[in-house]
Amino acid sequence: MATFFKLVLLVKDTLISQVVSLWKVFMHLFVETDTVQYPEQQPHMFSRWRGRIILTRDPDGEERCVACNLCAVACPVDCIALQKTETEEGRWYPDFFRINFSRCIMCGFCEEACPTNAIQLTPDFEMAEYKRQDMVWEKEDLLINGTGKYHETNFYRIAGKAIPGKDKGEARNELPPVDTRSLLP
Amino acid sequence: MSFLFYAGGVVALISTLLVILQTNVVHALIYLVLSLLAVAVVFFSLGAPFVALLEAIVYAGAIMVLFLFVVMMLNLGQTTREQEKAWLPTKVWFVPVVLATILLIGLLSSFPVNSIEVAEVGVMEVSGLLFGPYVLAVELASFLLLAGLISAYHLAKSR
Amino acid sequence: MTWEIGSGLSIGAILLVVIVTAAMLIWVERRLLGFWQDRLGPNRVGPFGLLQVVADMIKIFTKEDWIPPFADRFSFVLAPTIIMIVILMSFSVIPFAPGLGVVDSNVGILFVLAMASLGAYSVMLGGLASDNKYALLGSLRAAAQMVSYEVFMGVSLLGVVALAGSFNLREIVIAQEGGWYVIPQFVGFVIFLIAGIAESHRLPFDIPEAEQEICAGYHTEYSGMKFGMFFVGEYLGLVLISSLITVLFFGGWNGPALLPPIVWFSAKAFFFIAFFILLRAAIPRPRYDQLMSYGWLFLLPLSLVNLLVTGAVILMQI
Repeated sequence: MATFFKLVLLVKDTLISQVVSLWKVFMHLFVETDTVQYPEQQPHMFSRWRGRIILTRDPDGEERCVACNLCAVACPVDCIALQKTETEEGRWYPDFFRINFSRCIMCGFCEEACPTNAIQLTPDFEMAEYKRQDMVWEKEDLLINGTGKYHETNFYRIAGKAIPGKDKGEARNELPPVDTRSLLP
Repeated sequence: MSFLFYAGGVVALISTLLVILQTNVVHALIYLVLSLLAVAVVFFSLGAPFVALLEAIVYAGAIMVLFLFVVMMLNLGQTTREQEKAWLPTKVWFVPVVLATILLIGLLSSFPVNSIEVAEVGVMEVSGLLFGPYVLAVELASFLLLAGLISAYHLAKSR
Repeated sequence: MTWEIGSGLSIGAILLVVIVTAAMLIWVERRLLGFWQDRLGPNRVGPFGLLQVVADMIKIFTKEDWIPPFADRFSFVLAPTIIMIVILMSFSVIPFAPGLGVVDSNVGILFVLAMASLGAYSVMLGGLASDNKYALLGSLRAAAQMVSYEVFMGVSLLGVVALAGSFNLREIVIAQEGGWYVIPQFVGFVIFLIAGIAESHRLPFDIPEAEQEICAGYHTEYSGMKFGMFFVGEYLGLVLISSLITVLFFGGWNGPALLPPIVWFSAKAFFFIAFFILLRAAIPRPRYDQLMSYGWLFLLPLSLVNLLVTGAVILMQI
């Protein structure tokens, strides 16, 4: 009999809490939903979001990438492949530049490793494809006609390497080369 | 109603036979449930729906569930099936079946062939009888059940 | 072809409506759960996501219907059919409206109880035939739960039967024209509600298929349309319990004459369906032994006392 009364008390206590929780959950019918209706209602993307990778051009409109391979080395999943080649004037550029986005984990190490700000990550994430092969992007897919996030960087205008229209010593913050054959200081 | 009676009877006979012949215990139990349900149909066709449904609830719905419950915990497999097969060779069942068939033929030949008279017995009449002339039997049965309940409680009580 | 009890037209219509309702509940439940959890639920396929059910059905029909090689084929195939047949049979005694139903049986409530007790076989055979630990555990739990909750379900109904003086569901509805039985039989109603949830193993009493503990319980090994039958069978059970509560305690089709009786019936039944979904959204699952001790130590004495008091009051009034 004592157990029965104990059970009655237990049920009284638990039953009230059950009814209260039922009522509270029911009132959520009148609470605004948190759902973002995605394709119609775009989420707000932040400019530093690490999404689709692009290759940018410098302010002169030339490719920034100098095919140094640092991004391919930094990549933890080895999804970047490129081959260096040169123009006749001696300017380095990638012969092909291939990113396998089915492997890419969007870690942004390539962007950090890049000395010329050529490779950059953008706030675009809608990259689904029906075929896995379509996830492999070539240079013409990656290369854009702008400077991306960093507008000023222009490697060949800073570096000492001579290219057509800029001889040695003419770069920004660069002194003319020392004439080792001269005796003057 | 006569057709329902014979259909129920035939199903009950065949499924009961299959209960004996099955080597898989679970299949045998399924046929036993079917047999009980067929008996319920026979009761129904004879104008006793209350008894028919009690048969379905108590026998098919409760007791056989407990049978199945026990079978579940026994972990019966291929070995028990072979054991069952070994227990039923032809020489064991042949003579009893022949003798029983003779008895059955004798029974069938003495069966009245006139059609079944159905008198519907409702719930009210059954309960009136149970708590009227047969109240002593009901009370005795309840005593028996109470004794069973208390002894089961005693056995299950942890010491 | 007329709309009378037991005519082919009404049987076909009831079968169609019941199955379509059960299928649509898949969508209703997901949307309502969504709203109660501050989301939207499926709203993409068709207007308001109404065609989600069609999409789900296409998916279920085209899935591979896999029977595990270690399963007992006979019982494995039999199990999902039992639950569908048994619950659809139970609908035959439900009085939907005056002059609309399948049979007008004098033992309607007993028939529903008998069918509910046979429903236990579906769950048990499914689990046993699968030859899987989780399935076996699930069906053991289901067997114990269903057998014990059947007892209180039956006893809690007897108060209503005593008040109406009949096992006939149609006569019970007619007897409630003066007042719904939920008022004199409130305790019986609560016990029947709890036992009904346990009987159709809906959340919060879905202990036989508790996903977090034992995978999916007795239907772990099922796929394709066999799983679909268990799935729709569960929703059919939900509709059945809601209809039974409506008929037994809330006056069935009775209501002000503003609306036709079938609308009153459907509205009341839908109210309870929504309440069951709310229970799913709000209440956590109890432990297994808690469920059993709650049933045997609390609900059984309570329902017996309820029956005793009801009988005494009726005898005093005579």
